[in-house]
Amino acid sequence: MYKYDQYDQAMVDARVEEFRDQCRRRMEGHLTEDQFKPLRLMNGLYLQLHAYMLRVAVPYGTLNGQQMDALADIADKYDRGYGHFTTRQNIQYNWIKLEDAGDILADLAKVEMHAIQTSGNCIRNISADHFAGAAADELVDPRPYAELMRQWSSFHPEFTYLPRKFKICVIGADKDRAAMKLHDIGIQIVKNDEGELGAQFYVGGGMGRTPMIAPMIREFVPLDQLITYAEACLRVYNRYGRRDNKYKARIKILVHELGKEEYTRQVEEEFQHMLDQGIEPPFAELERIRPYFADPAFETGLSDDIDRSDPDFALWVDTNTHAHKAPGYVSAVISLKPVGGIPGDATAEQMHLMADLAREYSFDECRVMHTQNIVLPHVKKADLYALWQKLEAAGLGTANLDQIGDIIACPGLDYCSLANARSIPVAQKIAQRFEEKGQSNTLGELKLKISGCINACGHHHAGHIGILGVDKKGKENYQLLLGGSEGEDTSLAKITGPGFDEDGIVDAVEKATEVYLNEKQEGERFLDTYRRVGMAPFKEALYG
Amino acid sequence: MAELISENPAEALASGDVQFRFRDDELVSDPAVTVDAFVGQSNAVAVRIEPGDDARELLPHLDRIALVEVNFPAYTDGRGYSAARILREAGYAGELRAVGDVLIDQLSHMKRCGFDAFAPDAPLNEDDAKAAFDRWPHVYQSAADDRTPIWNLRHER
Amino acid sequence: MKILTGNNLETGAVVWWEGKGWSLHVDDAVDAGEEFETLLATEEAERRVVGAYAIDAERLDDGRVRPAHIKDRVRALGPTVRPDLTLKPNDPNAIAEVL
Ligand code: HEM
Ligand code: SF4
Repeated sequence: MYKYDQYDQAMVDARVEEFRDQCRRRMEGHLTEDQFKPLRLMNGLYLQLHAYMLRVAVPYGTLNGQQMDALADIADKYDRGYGHFTTRQNIQYNWIKLEDAGDILADLAKVEMHAIQTSGNCIRNISADHFAGAAADELVDPRPYAELMRQWSSFHPEFTYLPRKFKICVIGADKDRAAMKLHDIGIQIVKNDEGELGAQFYVGGGMGRTPMIAPMIREFVPLDQLITYAEACLRVYNRYGRRDNKYKARIKILVHELGKEEYTRQVEEEFQHMLDQGIEPPFAELERIRPYFADPAFETGLSDDIDRSDPDFALWVDTNTHAHKAPGYVSAVISLKPVGGIPGDATAEQMHLMADLAREYSFDECRVMHTQNIVLPHVKKADLYALWQKLEAAGLGTANLDQIGDIIACPGLDYCSLANARSIPVAQKIAQRFEEKGQSNTLGELKLKISGCINACGHHHAGHIGILGVDKKGKENYQLLLGGSEGEDTSLAKITGPGFDEDGIVDAVEKATEVYLNEKQEGERFLDTYRRVGMAPFKEALYG
Repeated sequence: MAELISENPAEALASGDVQFRFRDDELVSDPAVTVDAFVGQSNAVAVRIEPGDDARELLPHLDRIALVEVNFPAYTDGRGYSAARILREAGYAGELRAVGDVLIDQLSHMKRCGFDAFAPDAPLNEDDAKAAFDRWPHVYQSAADDRTPIWNLRHER
Repeated sequence: MKILTGNNLETGAVVWWEGKGWSLHVDDAVDAGEEFETLLATEEAERRVVGAYAIDAERLDDGRVRPAHIKDRVRALGPTVRPDLTLKPNDPNAIAEVL
């Protein structure tokens, strides 16, 4: 894992002091709320339905045990004993006081963490594949590049007042586990015919009210030009992105309105101009960062056998582990989706336990997934049973990864001031319904994603089944969407028709799964069946 | 770059006066004209860039410019940062003045993008402003100022 | 009637205008009439509240106050999915009344 040096630490410490000073000026009245709001947002501090909400960055989703412990301590000391892991691989606290914000950031800085640029119209926390450095199918670990970009984007002097927020994602495998094409910039690290590594750039994806899949604008950017190319992409956006209408201000609209060719032309022109400006870090910097992400000391000669005599354990192994590149190891997913629970929430005790388990079983490392679960990336198969028993005892052993109960849900109207409808109770009811029917594990891969409003924080556009909360004359109402995907086959879900009330949407999801079970052919997932048969049979069942 | 010079105590400043400057040459007091007017006439030495203007239109004329004002009608509109860097990247060495909604917390970024004079609509608290200019012990990226990025510090021998 | 709400600047807690100051309890809210803009501006400027705005609400027969919009009813109580963290953790009807 990356370790701060004196410089990284000095920057984060300076930021803590800056924000303390800004909070002081606000509380003493030297800053109006209008002036303070963008400053607090750049430190992840929102004002939400019940209190201030603090969003803490987890760069590329990677945490060590000490950091997870620190997150737990913050939940205990400054919040109400829990936190919410988000689709952006971050964590949010819902009950923060402005008076405490400086102290919290100082506590975070002690464990090399921060809330820098977790909100605001700047380059946000950079996300990555949650199985980075572990997955059997990976070309390279994307995190050294994400770390380089983290440094580049931190306090970037030119790109702090962009037209709108800016999200970057880096992956290093053909299989996309991070919704890469739904980011403002998605980067896949690839190899060219000469065997050199480079960055493939996808620009202009996003969700929100106008979802778009990012087109590829450059097949191969040499790694010693990565930062310069990103800088060119951003400068064109900063200069020409729309500022007249907040809903049209994301880069996806610029790329769409200019057309991919014209946007690319402008980027290439700016890039040519920038090449001799000394923007690129010395290549030695990437060489310095890489060893931090080197493989831990995997044992060799391990057996791949797993004792599957306990059926509950065997089920968990089948659903919640992922193939590892080292023989005898797997990546294990800790589900934060117990049936009837709040998706993504974890208590301080659970966080401490996950920290302990990371230390004991996974080389002191864990990851936050965009599906709001936690990964222990490097677990010995021989340790799995002991690990699972401890998870089970703490309510963290649910076997449902990528299945109907593994629902992504945004905070919705229970916490979020922008919401139209509650997301969490819908997720709870759906998970309970399928558990009662005994179908929690019989429907195969089925990604269900719920957002409480059009902003799409819950990725509903990318759900095999998506649910969008809307306001219907002051009442909560839910639209059903089908056919989205955020994988390498990214697609955007389509609305089935008129919306449903809270119980109606649970019934509607059930009907959709019945259509799937009736229509499915051998080996098909829900998404495959939908893609083959189309919307019609689903509409018929829902509204016919 | 020259030391910070504060022009007058903040109380004595009017809206739009230059409050901070990192240059020791004479303050340019010629009125700044619009980019369109400037490109079309030969005798002006001061020009004012609005957020929608293309700073590159000025590049052929840099040798006759003594002052570029970049206007920030609202501090949230960050186009002026790119305009400033484009001018500095092209070698412009004259005064680059941030005017308009210029606030404490943007000062250090503006300076990094090449601004060397600041004329806020509302004069700023001098101590807070100085603290803001000195905020960052280091910088990650290279920009239009002369600070050495952390990246280079790490790899200096 | 119109009532005024916002958050406490330091703690972020949801507050309601009760005539002289800000209360944590929506039932303390008073009818603000139509002339509240100056009051809101002063209260914001004095940093006694942040993000204040006026909403429609009705006073029920038993004296309690019910905001017209569900969002403000959730604000007044707390998250419906965590009854233990609401202002009425021991009232089994509290959540149903929000909806
Ligand atoms: C509770 C406070 C939150 C607020 C006020 C908020 C606000 C927003 C807004 C306004 C957008 C739309 C941006 C646009 O289209 O330009 C958005 C998008 C998004 N947010 Fe949130 N959000 C919140 C919480 C979350 C949470 C909890 C997550 C993760 C679970 C999240 C993840 C995202 C994602 C993934 C998107 C879509 C990205 C895209 O449009 O490309 N947000 N959010
Ligand atoms: S999707 Fe809407 S309701 Fe959900 S967190 Fe985002 S802004 Fe809030």
